Amino acid sequence: MARSGIIGGVVAALVIAGAVLGVVLVWRPAIAAIDPPSPQSFAPELVKRGRELAALGNCNDCHTVRGGKNFAGGLPVPTPFGTIFSTNITPDAETGIGRWSEGAFRRAMRLGVDRQGRHLYPTFPYDHFTNVTDEDDRALYAYLMTREPVVAAARPNQLRFPFNQRVVIAGWKLLFLHRETYHPDATKSAEWNRGAYLVEGLAHCGACHTPRNALGAERTKVAFSGGEADDWSAYAINTKSPAPVAWDADALDFYLRNGWHPDHGTARGPMAQVVKNLAAVPASDVHAIAVYMADVFGVPHAARDRAAVVAEARSGVGRAPDSEGAAIFAAACASCHDSGRPPPYGGINLALSSAPSAPDPRNLVNIVLAGVRPVEGERSPIMPGFAGTMNDQQIAVLVNYLRSRFTSQPPWGGFEKTIEEARRTQTAYLTTSAAPTSAPASATQRDKP
Amino acid sequence: MNAPVILDRRSVLAGSGALIVSFSLGRALAQEKAATPAPSLPASLKTSPYLDSWIRIDANGAITVFTGKAELGQGFKTAFQQIAAEQLDVPFASLKVITADTGLTANEGYTSGSHSMQDSGTAILHAAAQARALLLAEAAKRLDLPAETLRTDNGAVVAADGRRLGYGELVASDLLHTQAQPESPLKDPATFKVMGQSVPRVDIPAKVTGGAAYIQDMRLPGMVHARIVRPPSYGAQLVECDAAAVEKMPGVLKVIRDGNFLAVLATREFQAIKAMRALAGGSKWQENAKLPKQDELPTMLMALPSHDSTIFQRSDPSATGLRTIEASYTRPYQSHGSIGPSCAVAHFVDGKMTVWSHTQGVYPDRQAIAEMLRMPLGDVRVIHVEGSGCYGHNGADDAAGDAALIARGMPDTPVRVQWMREEEHAWEPFGPAMMTKLKASLDGNGKIADWHFEVWSNTHSMRPGGAGCLLAAQHMAQAIPVPPAKPLPLPEGGGDRNAIPIYTFPNAHVVHHFLPDMPVRISAMRALGAYHNVFSIESFMDELSTLAGADPVEFRLKHLDDPRGRDVIAKAAEGFGWLKGQTAPRDRGFGFAFARYKNLAAYCAIATEVEVNRETGRVRLVRAVAAVDSGQVVNPDGLVNQIEGSIVQSTSWTLYESVSFDDTRITSIDWQTYPILRFDAVPDSIDVHIINRPGLPFLGSGETGQGPAAASIANAIANATGKRLRDLPLSRKRIKDAIDA
Amino acid sequence: MTTLKVNGQEHQIEADADTPLLYVLRDELKLNAAKFGCGLGQCGSCTVIVDGKAVLSCVTPLLLVEGKQITTLEGLGTDEAPAPIQRAFMEEQAAQCGYCIAGMMMRAQALLQRNSKPTDAEIRAELAPHLCRCGTHMRILRAVKRAAHLMDTAELLPANQGSAR
Repeated sequence: MARSGIIGGVVAALVIAGAVLGVVLVWRPAIAAIDPPSPQSFAPELVKRGRELAALGNCNDCHTVRGGKNFAGGLPVPTPFGTIFSTNITPDAETGIGRWSEGAFRRAMRLGVDRQGRHLYPTFPYDHFTNVTDEDDRALYAYLMTREPVVAAARPNQLRFPFNQRVVIAGWKLLFLHRETYHPDATKSAEWNRGAYLVEGLAHCGACHTPRNALGAERTKVAFSGGEADDWSAYAINTKSPAPVAWDADALDFYLRNGWHPDHGTARGPMAQVVKNLAAVPASDVHAIAVYMADVFGVPHAARDRAAVVAEARSGVGRAPDSEGAAIFAAACASCHDSGRPPPYGGINLALSSAPSAPDPRNLVNIVLAGVRPVEGERSPIMPGFAGTMNDQQIAVLVNYLRSRFTSQPPWGGFEKTIEEARRTQTAYLTTSAAPTSAPASATQRDKP
Repeated sequence: MNAPVILDRRSVLAGSGALIVSFSLGRALAQEKAATPAPSLPASLKTSPYLDSWIRIDANGAITVFTGKAELGQGFKTAFQQIAAEQLDVPFASLKVITADTGLTANEGYTSGSHSMQDSGTAILHAAAQARALLLAEAAKRLDLPAETLRTDNGAVVAADGRRLGYGELVASDLLHTQAQPESPLKDPATFKVMGQSVPRVDIPAKVTGGAAYIQDMRLPGMVHARIVRPPSYGAQLVECDAAAVEKMPGVLKVIRDGNFLAVLATREFQAIKAMRALAGGSKWQENAKLPKQDELPTMLMALPSHDSTIFQRSDPSATGLRTIEASYTRPYQSHGSIGPSCAVAHFVDGKMTVWSHTQGVYPDRQAIAEMLRMPLGDVRVIHVEGSGCYGHNGADDAAGDAALIARGMPDTPVRVQWMREEEHAWEPFGPAMMTKLKASLDGNGKIADWHFEVWSNTHSMRPGGAGCLLAAQHMAQAIPVPPAKPLPLPEGGGDRNAIPIYTFPNAHVVHHFLPDMPVRISAMRALGAYHNVFSIESFMDELSTLAGADPVEFRLKHLDDPRGRDVIAKAAEGFGWLKGQTAPRDRGFGFAFARYKNLAAYCAIATEVEVNRETGRVRLVRAVAAVDSGQVVNPDGLVNQIEGSIVQSTSWTLYESVSFDDTRITSIDWQTYPILRFDAVPDSIDVHIINRPGLPFLGSGETGQGPAAASIANAIANATGKRLRDLPLSRKRIKDAIDA
Repeated sequence: MTTLKVNGQEHQIEADADTPLLYVLRDELKLNAAKFGCGLGQCGSCTVIVDGKAVLSCVTPLLLVEGKQITTLEGLGTDEAPAPIQRAFMEEQAAQCGYCIAGMMMRAQALLQRNSKPTDAEIRAELAPHLCRCGTHMRILRAVKRAAHLMDTAELLPANQGSAR
């Protein structure tokens, strides 16, 4: 009791101190409203550049509801603190950003403050966008201000106290919003630096791939060690990467442009949307990202080349017991995953896939249950989901088998909950949403075994 | 239940009246030698003039209607039954319709070109009407009453005094074995009881209850399962395969290797599949194919040697153009994409081959199979059994050839060949790539003064007849070469189908560049060249109407004299709510297009509304309104079903579809790599308005919607975005690039 | 030997455990409705209901369905006594070639069993795994709606409806 009293006192003191500090730090002025600028007032070249940057920033993914109007917001983003809804960033004067000046837009990107001076929740990743240059902000602004204005009032967030008090955000920013986290490194190539600028800034890769602390901030000390996004694990993309074959710049470049790579498989889950957007980005920028990220991936613990990995999986020495799991794999999976047809239309040899090697089985369970949905009207991989076919016990048997057969990692312990959760979050193969997902950018790949 | 018809002549003969004897003998002869052609007779009666080739009445009164056409899911079997019931004055349900069978029915060539109603429906119409007249005359003779005093009712001739003579009683040995007359006592359309009604289709109950409805459902006693291992690419040579190992696999009966034709037979279906995989895995092929560059198709087509002919020329020097525009349109290779891969069953007994096939032409397929096996024509029988919808020349004939070749090596054992999905996609003959160039000028009044149209295309039919059209014949050791391609003659045409404008232009010049070389395997696909030619003409009409500042509907009417064409245009516009000077809501667009299929079949106009997502380029067809005139309508719901289907299928072709290939192989080999429309993209509504023309000839309508739907959508996209797309498919990426440009 | 419960009846099946359910239904049990369309889980023609859920039988090996309740279109009703979903497809004339229809009907049946009043959007989303090449989609959508209505208004289901679960 006494102890909690002390804590209470400290908290009270902090709150008072915070309040005083708040007057100084929290308050942000409104920036004068403007009349929505005419779309013609923006140079077409600037708009074009803005379109590419918006694709790099994956803006549409959060600011568009499936099947809804582009950039009109309303997407629920679940957080440990409640649900936050994305906002309307179309140039509608009343419900969008039509009355925002370029300065107001830049301030939002840099400081996470809206035109009226309210603090924005960091689900809007201004901890990354703060690194975006004025010039790029100008292009993004031009692009967004030339979109179709859509009347769509923001949905009120559903947050628990005290997180529903925007003053809390100011405190959060004090702790976690660091300006200029990106500094050019003169010892590296221009391309590396370009990649670093994009990755740390607009592309905000760490938002998913870096673990977060209890207050929802990225733990920058362990940047890129793996995080999560929408019920999927975002794999570690540094030396901790679970990829059986080490990523290099070429593989990354191919994967990011096409949505798949023969040694790594096909992007799915939230990453599918990212690579779809990257298809509309200049190849030089994607390559820069690949160069920088290859450096972040670093040298893997052990040299893992494709031939060795595949050979080991094929030999399967001591790791392919004659079990129920082996039977399920042979009957349900092997016809695609052992057909010799290469990705993206043939199933990847699972020895090459990160999913069985990952620290937790979430992605593997997700994909076994839900499969991969076709993209309407576009060449895209399809995998049937097995949610209707396999019960939880069969899924567990299969997943354990895949882990032992295709990796040298220790077994995952009790993941009944993961399966249960995945059944809830992963809609079985194509069964609920009519929303288009994404296609690999280049799909007419030579398809020879 | 509609079990696949596995009748042989003997079972037909059993239990029926004397009439049949003469039928079977007379008819069999008539088919082999072809009866004296009778050019004055209507439709297919020209080539099969005997009434009992079409209508048979047994002594017990049972009535059978024969057609040489194959039911492909269009529902004409029901329509034929309606026609016969109406003209014979019998209840609809009392009839049975037998479809294409070289042992039983007339030779009506292929079931293609929207000809079924025109050819076979018309023949049945007249044969039934004439049969009824003969029955009346026979009854008059027996009752000693003037024929005018008699009437027919419910399968009987009825006298004024109430005496009835059933049709079965009236048929004498040769009553219907008589040549048709040029004129028929057709019923007055105003008195129709069955024709013109939306009678439910006879085949649907079995299809929705799991009855045996398809060739895939045939199970003959002792039947074994075959799978083919196809070469990886056109012309690949089999270097080696491990037949011995595969023959040791469970259930495997035999590995068949005949040159580059490689197949495996097993007792059970999945054993055959596993053996096929093993056989394929252990086979080495030498690949030689040199396929053209996928993204340089127009250049490739223009570079191929061509036979050029001017197919239409009109001049009026008094009309001069002031403003000229030109444009080129392209179409890629496209797949039939049947949902059920091709299948066939063959049975070789006592030197006679029977093949059950979902071919569109049992007689031509029989000819090809006989030639391939070097068997006398009379020893081969091909029986049509319904398959999955084919929309043209898909793998059906090839599968029949495969089954026959394999069955010959397994006498007395029924052999079922089922193609795999990848096989159908890679080996079916595609709808040919095409290119058109258009140029036209407007005069001072905004009317078209001159019109130039050129089309580059392969033939649109490499159907069998010759064995060289069958894959098995091409691949076997004593290979039979692919016969040279021929253009299909006008007025129906092939690559030049619908190339001649239906509109009246004072100056017009139409050139067909026929391309005999076929770098990719092609053949007939629904609407043939009309799909692309109508897409081109009707897109260009919109470009011209924009240039003229005219409303697209008004602009078309201004150039069209054909009154029935004008009627369907007006009807579609009215049904859609088309208004001159209309503006579509933001991100939406309205489009219109019209054609008369082949310029001699059904008329069809289609108005569409599309929605375009400017950020992604994704297009959605929101609604379509069509008007169609196919002459006298037999089954309105059947016609509506055809037009609805035509619009949805054409939407898929137009927005999504192209065959893909690399330098040697076809790479679109399943639904991942050849995506077609799914439910996500189905429009909110499709309305079809029929303009019925009682008493006028049937006009084929199965293909009439393909071209107009494509152009209507392209025009709606142009209306929505201000960008004109001229290369099919109008893909998301192309639309996005056009918007972003 | 595998014990398979199909349409309320038990069958002893002698086939390899990796044999896809599709071939067992078609070849061993001589059931026509489930169709081979792709064998890859891409088109939906082979759909049947397993324990109340729509399942692609071409990619479902026998060993995964032992002991589970399997229902095919034949188990819903007959030509003479059609189930609501069958009556609805007949009444809407929702077929051209009809090859894809049996699979669609089974998925629709599974949907209606768990959601008796689906919206148009829900029906479209549910049917997304299914391909139809004839373009009969509009009729199929209407037929599923009609089936929902028929099920809703049916006072008594046909006796053989029980096996549909």
